[in-house]
Amino acid sequence: MAITKQNLLALNGDEAVAYAVKQSDVDVVSAYPITPQTIIVERFSEYVHNGEVDTEFVCVESEHSALSMCLTASATGVRVFTASGSAGLALMHEILYVTSGARAPVVMAIVNRALSGPINIHCDHSDSMVERDAGWIQIYVENSQEAYDSIVQAFRIAEHNDLLLPTMVMLDAFFLSHTLESVNVLPDETVRKFVGTRKIPLVRGHKGKLVPFKLDPENPITMGPLDLYDYYFEHKRQQEEAMQRAPRIIKEVHDEYARISGRKYGNGLIEPYRLEDAEIATVCLGSTAGTTKTVVDQLRTKGIKAGLLRLRTYRPYPVQDIINALENVKAIAVMDRSHSFGAHGGPIFHEIRHTLYEASIHPQIVDYIYGLGGRDMPQTLIHEIYKDLQKILETKRVEKPIQFIGVRE
Amino acid sequence: MTSEHKGWKEIPIAGVCWRPTTDYLTGDWRTLKPVRDKEKCNKCLICYMFCPDGAVTWDSKIEDIGFNLDYCKGCGICAVECPKKAIEMVP
Repeated sequence: MAITKQNLLALNGDEAVAYAVKQSDVDVVSAYPITPQTIIVERFSEYVHNGEVDTEFVCVESEHSALSMCLTASATGVRVFTASGSAGLALMHEILYVTSGARAPVVMAIVNRALSGPINIHCDHSDSMVERDAGWIQIYVENSQEAYDSIVQAFRIAEHNDLLLPTMVMLDAFFLSHTLESVNVLPDETVRKFVGTRKIPLVRGHKGKLVPFKLDPENPITMGPLDLYDYYFEHKRQQEEAMQRAPRIIKEVHDEYARISGRKYGNGLIEPYRLEDAEIATVCLGSTAGTTKTVVDQLRTKGIKAGLLRLRTYRPYPVQDIINALENVKAIAVMDRSHSFGAHGGPIFHEIRHTLYEASIHPQIVDYIYGLGGRDMPQTLIHEIYKDLQKILETKRVEKPIQFIGVRE
Repeated sequence: MTSEHKGWKEIPIAGVCWRPTTDYLTGDWRTLKPVRDKEKCNKCLICYMFCPDGAVTWDSKIEDIGFNLDYCKGCGICAVECPKKAIEMVP
């Protein structure tokens, strides 16, 4: 298939998300604005007002209601979307679990922002990191272009009948949400054809009859029942099974999208950057990867074998892909834009180090907590990390496994 | 639990119920059961309407009330609501 001719628009990250939702034939959107996601639902409300979309736009009184509304709308078999971030996402916490447990393929954009207090509206990953165990697929994007592309893919992923897992797409607050970028957008028709209509699988309902998995007066089923010690565990086991299938489906959707758009992000799960022969590498998520790529290029011109691994999906966590990508790197710095207080480092550090325990070669690994509450992560600081890695490479010793970078001593 | 348990591969996703609720016999929760004094009862069917479990039955052939103890949890609502005080809860 030939790559589709596209339009170049000047959009900020939030607008890119709203534009993707507009093209994705969404039936219901719930809106409760919270900085920094406000622009998403504002732009979308304009599309609704102008009659550009045929979407039920529901203004709710809290994020708890916003997600509850999406969950129940999704149960009727329609396509739904909402957006959140920070305290709003925290208020959804309870319903995040209900949504994944009900296997409702809700798609949500999360504009990553710190959790108070002290009160802060700027970027870090504290809000979505704590939701990593909620049974949602998590995709972290590097720029606004990827935000647009990932939202379109998210509907296909979430609604895939082998998954039926709610999906959140994360973009960094302000760095992406409020800064203008050139974004290539596909024609409306192409996106509409790509996302298609939501297919409803069959499920065994009352008296063992196979019926569509949705609320339907002609074929009533019970959704959201009490599930005690007799079956709750089995239903959770099913969710894990769906998560195990997710990497394959995410890759398939990503590849199919790449064929029409010409844009690829690694293999859809991880994006290695100049890692083939790298001796030292960093691991990070989100917009920091863009800055880090520039630093890697600078180091390469000096003959330093530096690389980067960006995790695009954090749930499902692509274990084998990470091992393959990092196995031959000798010193690794994990960059955590959130912290687990009292733990041995940030959440990504835990998992990367734990993953490489299974690798044949055990590299040296160090954790850098950075950028909390929107603190900038300039090239100079990333250069410092690679400088530390070179020292670790020489001495073969990690003196301080957990470090805070960019904080005043 | 009165049902036979299936594994996670066999059951529908998301807790969708694949059996009717009548398959779940809830009568084994019971410590007290209703006993009716047929002399006092005028078959007004208030007990039938108030029973939350549908455990009070009406047999149209003999035109009389009965109790289906497979579903009676022994809550005693029937005894409280009976205007004739015809129902007594006994162990």
